[in-house]
Amino acid sequence: MTYFILKRLIQSVFVMIAVAFLAFSLFRFVGDPITQMTGVETSIEDQERLREELGLNDPFVMQFARFTGDMLQGDFGYSYRTRQPVGEMISSRIPATLELGIVALFISLLVGIPTGVFTALRPRGFATQTILMTTLVGVSIPTFVIGIIFIFLFGVQLGWLPTFGRGGTVQIGGWESSLFTIDGWRALLLPAITLGLYQLTLTMRLVRAEMMEVLRSDYIRFGMARGVPMRSLYFKHALANTLVPVITIIGLQFGGVIAFSIVTESVFQWPGMGLLFLESIRFVDIPVMGVYLVVIAFFFVLVNLIVDLLYVAIDPRLRVKDTS
Amino acid sequence: MIAFIKRYEGLWLFTRSPAAIIAAIVALLSIMGAAFAPLIASVNPYDLASFSLMDGLLPPMWEEFGISKFPLGTDDQGRDMVSSILYGARLSLIIGLSAMTIATVLGVGLGLAAGYYGGRFDMIVMRIADIQLALPAILTSLLIDGIARGILPSEIQQDLRVAVLTLAIALSLWVNFARTARASTFVQMQKEYVQAAIIMGQRPIRVMFVHILPNILGPLLVIMTVDLASAILLEATLSFLGIGLPADSPSLGTLIRIGMQFMLSGEWWILWIPTLFLVALVVSINILGDFLRDVFNPRLR
Repeated sequence: MTYFILKRLIQSVFVMIAVAFLAFSLFRFVGDPITQMTGVETSIEDQERLREELGLNDPFVMQFARFTGDMLQGDFGYSYRTRQPVGEMISSRIPATLELGIVALFISLLVGIPTGVFTALRPRGFATQTILMTTLVGVSIPTFVIGIIFIFLFGVQLGWLPTFGRGGTVQIGGWESSLFTIDGWRALLLPAITLGLYQLTLTMRLVRAEMMEVLRSDYIRFGMARGVPMRSLYFKHALANTLVPVITIIGLQFGGVIAFSIVTESVFQWPGMGLLFLESIRFVDIPVMGVYLVVIAFFFVLVNLIVDLLYVAIDPRLRVKDTS
Repeated sequence: MIAFIKRYEGLWLFTRSPAAIIAAIVALLSIMGAAFAPLIASVNPYDLASFSLMDGLLPPMWEEFGISKFPLGTDDQGRDMVSSILYGARLSLIIGLSAMTIATVLGVGLGLAAGYYGGRFDMIVMRIADIQLALPAILTSLLIDGIARGILPSEIQQDLRVAVLTLAIALSLWVNFARTARASTFVQMQKEYVQAAIIMGQRPIRVMFVHILPNILGPLLVIMTVDLASAILLEATLSFLGIGLPADSPSLGTLIRIGMQFMLSGEWWILWIPTLFLVALVVSINILGDFLRDVFNPRLR
């Protein structure tokens, strides 16, 4: 158990070092930092002095070590475009993206698991065929088009929901949340559904496939033969085993949700990290791009670590193997 | 007769699948329209002299005020929508097809070599593939595009936009090809014909491309179709986000981005006709991909 956790921790650290290295290479080799920081009127001597002062002439390994050290202490450098500290720029955007992503993930699980179970229990029903057909078409429609359709339908035609921004937000200890006002939830609904829809179809298909697999297994058949009520077989015995792989894909889906939130945030003008990242690409704001990568990787590693630990907690086989 | 059916089993299945037939017709029409856009289109959307502001914002011909000269209406600049879409689809398909081709060549080449040589080379290629697989394609291509913006001097940025976009998409799609080619190559390596070719002393390149490649084409063809759809979608998404092609050389994604501005003002055709075209194109390519998968994988039938 401890060995397993330790192994995963070390792996995570290596992933983070690799990502930090990527961010550092971006910063160091894509364009010259000095020309970005100084104007045209700065003399060559001044530029060289700045280069020396900032340690850009030091050996590569030393520069990378300093870069990583600064990051660990919370110093993420300054944006080329706004001249503000990148750490503040990104951290002020984190709540918006995380709330959007988590609500989207919840929607995908809350709708995806029941429909997955339902379509597995009635594989030939009319409703099942309709649901499967709808998801097939849904997967082929790009995220941004789904967003546009939602804006048009619920925002413009029906006028039920706002189509941009976060609505009313509440400050809770520096965390700007839109989860505590009705206005905020109204603004959150369309982007979250747009973002969650693709993940929803994935969840549904996985749950359906797993459930059908489990229903064929011997212990369920034995349960039937023994006269265990079908309801208890389906929802107690089968479902519990179906949900184990679902936990794994939550970790994988989280990465997808964060990446696609770039698109969703752009369609709905949602002021999150994705929108900031897009702007930084448009203006070649390398420090922001690099730090965005590091932050995303950190969340990704963290979620997958938690998922692995959950897995150990849920699946007794993993615990037993470890004591041997 | 039976031999004929066996030989053209795919073709026979094709005639039995209405979805695949419709998809093939839609895809073929779009590709033909895009290929012959300069001949079909009434105006050239890149040539400012060929259209007039006076024709701006005309609705499609079946609506009130619509005229038959512009069957699908015009945008605010007076551009014929039919011409814009044909030229837009042309760019989208050019980028999609070339990105898919580059990804295929790169991925299949690396996958074949990894499967053939195995060992350390295989490990390195697959590790890179694993890392990239953890990143969604959209993030990878955005990143590559951003890096290109930083490296290339600003004078040639605009001219190289199409090339950069193609490369960014290609580099985010090669992994699928590499993994599939590698797995299939492993299977083929066990077979006697490959062993015989190696024992005969044929050069590795020849064994890989002349002997193994033709035998693993089936699954690769499926991935090519599905990835063509992904490439077109990626390009559309990037252009929609304003990272891809600029407004003066619009692809389908750029057209949709422009159309968004008219969502509130009632000129629905500027937004919805390119959108519908894009979705129809991608959906039909995806259906064809599904069909090919069924043909090459009889177990799923």
